[in-house]
Amino acid sequence: MADPMKIRAALQGDVVEVRVLMAHEMETGTRKDASGKVIPAHFIQTVSATHNGNTVFSAHWGPAIAKNPFLQFKFKGGSKGDKVQITWTDNQGDKRTDEATIS
Amino acid sequence: MRARFILAATAGIALAMPVLAQTGASADFQKFRDVMEEDNPAELFEARGEAYWKTPSGPKHASLEQCDLGLGPGVVAGAYVQMPRYFADVDKVMDAESRVVHCMVTLQGLTYEAVTRQPFSNQSGTPAHVNVVTYVAGQSRNMPIAVPQRHPKEREMYQIGKEIFNFRAGPYDFACATCHGTDGKRIRMQDLPNLTRPEGAIKAVQGWPGYRMTGGLMLTSQWRMNDCFRQQRFPEPKYLSDTVTAILTYQAVNAKGQIYRGPGIKR
Amino acid sequence: MIRSKIPLRTLAVLASPALLLPVAAADDYRDYRAEAMAMVKRDFQAKGIAGLDRLEQDGVQAVCNRTGNHPPADVVRRLEQDQMASVRFPADGKLMGDWKEGEKLAQNGRGFTWTDKPGLPVGGNCYNCHQISPKEGSYGTVGPSLYLFGKKRGYGEDIQKYVYSKIYNAKAYNLCSEMPRFGYIGALQEQQIRHLVALLLDPESPVNQ
Repeated sequence: MADPMKIRAALQGDVVEVRVLMAHEMETGTRKDASGKVIPAHFIQTVSATHNGNTVFSAHWGPAIAKNPFLQFKFKGGSKGDKVQITWTDNQGDKRTDEATIS
Repeated sequence: MRARFILAATAGIALAMPVLAQTGASADFQKFRDVMEEDNPAELFEARGEAYWKTPSGPKHASLEQCDLGLGPGVVAGAYVQMPRYFADVDKVMDAESRVVHCMVTLQGLTYEAVTRQPFSNQSGTPAHVNVVTYVAGQSRNMPIAVPQRHPKEREMYQIGKEIFNFRAGPYDFACATCHGTDGKRIRMQDLPNLTRPEGAIKAVQGWPGYRMTGGLMLTSQWRMNDCFRQQRFPEPKYLSDTVTAILTYQAVNAKGQIYRGPGIKR
Repeated sequence: MIRSKIPLRTLAVLASPALLLPVAAADDYRDYRAEAMAMVKRDFQAKGIAGLDRLEQDGVQAVCNRTGNHPPADVVRRLEQDQMASVRFPADGKLMGDWKEGEKLAQNGRGFTWTDKPGLPVGGNCYNCHQISPKEGSYGTVGPSLYLFGKKRGYGEDIQKYVYSKIYNAKAYNLCSEMPRFGYIGALQEQQIRHLVALLLDPESPVNQ
């Protein structure tokens, strides 16, 4: 089971700025371990964010994203106290959803 | 975003001043670090460390919530900036990492050998005690360094640390002081803080534990000292040894009163 | 390897009264240096090519450590002479090599750590501490700038001898210098030092442009 994300969501004017830290190995599938065996690819493939049931952000990722990725995006229409949900899924079928309250 | 713009502007001013031209590249590195520190993956390790601290585990099925980091059992806030310090129960001076390992052994019933089998983070993973140290350090964020010098053994550690800092040996005749004993020096583009003065010494304490982006590893002060001795062309200091505690005491006491900004981020 | 090369006179100086520490009057006088040395002996382990013999100070190191890098003038004079006597100039008298090879050596900072492979060659580590060629912007400032070294000081045999011996054993000129003794400890070989001399003293070298 993956570790929780760290999510910050802050309203600035009429824009919500969301910053997310994700704990993930983001293994490329091209590296070898000490014994010379290829380490299997393990990386986040999709990331999405919802606010009041609406998708406000979605992305397809690949193995070029760094380990323990950081994501930052902005959207309009949020208010203080609303929830923002972030979900990622990876190529091994693992999935994680966390939420934060807009401050 | 405002904070970032202010930082960028500050770095811009430094670049524009001719006297500081030589430190232009250093200023750029600093700007990069400042931006990265706002969203430092070290926080993920703090969260893991906190979970470990509060969750019973080990043969005794105990959490670390009764661990005494010097301010009484369970008090974490402010403990990191007051270590290394003397602990009466072991009659010796310990740094934060030594104390965390001590608590895992005494409270959770793990063996010292098991806890320290992998001292540092590497590609195969981050040891539990490294997560815990990162959590403990995060609980001293924005607090002044206040390492005590009341107990005779604390003062002795400082004096011995000072001697080790100045000790020249090895094939290249290097001491810690060779690179870290004067102001304004560099190795290649890397600034060398003068660890004999507070403004320099805080730079050795600051940013550790640190998240190294190359490889995505969480590394502690114990690791940093180990790698310093490697570059000094010395043999290897044993993990959690008095020698490392002495050096950490020397630099932390020298950094007295400077503000610790919490776990850092490194290239 | 290198620890057996301590000149006899160095040992004699170590035992001389000039370096005995004054005995403090206070009752709580403690020799923290001795305690530190005992601690270091306990706490280190050999790793890779870095053996525990590296913690044994040679004569120069011991004198500099005991005096905060400021030994008495007569001690400095005698020990610098000893260090100078250690310098082995090439038998054929040729002191200049190829500055291009010198530049490569100056760039290379590898060697002698426990993660390095045993044996030679190792790098010259020069850019770690010195500005040298103007084409390399990433240089350290622990040592003085060497840019325009030959242009400012001339290209004659005397200056070639000076540079060769300084790289061979910097302690011959400044007993507690921060610069390693590259030839004396066997890190750089004759031909490599020649290349570095050329880097500083060949009129064609970018250092002198």
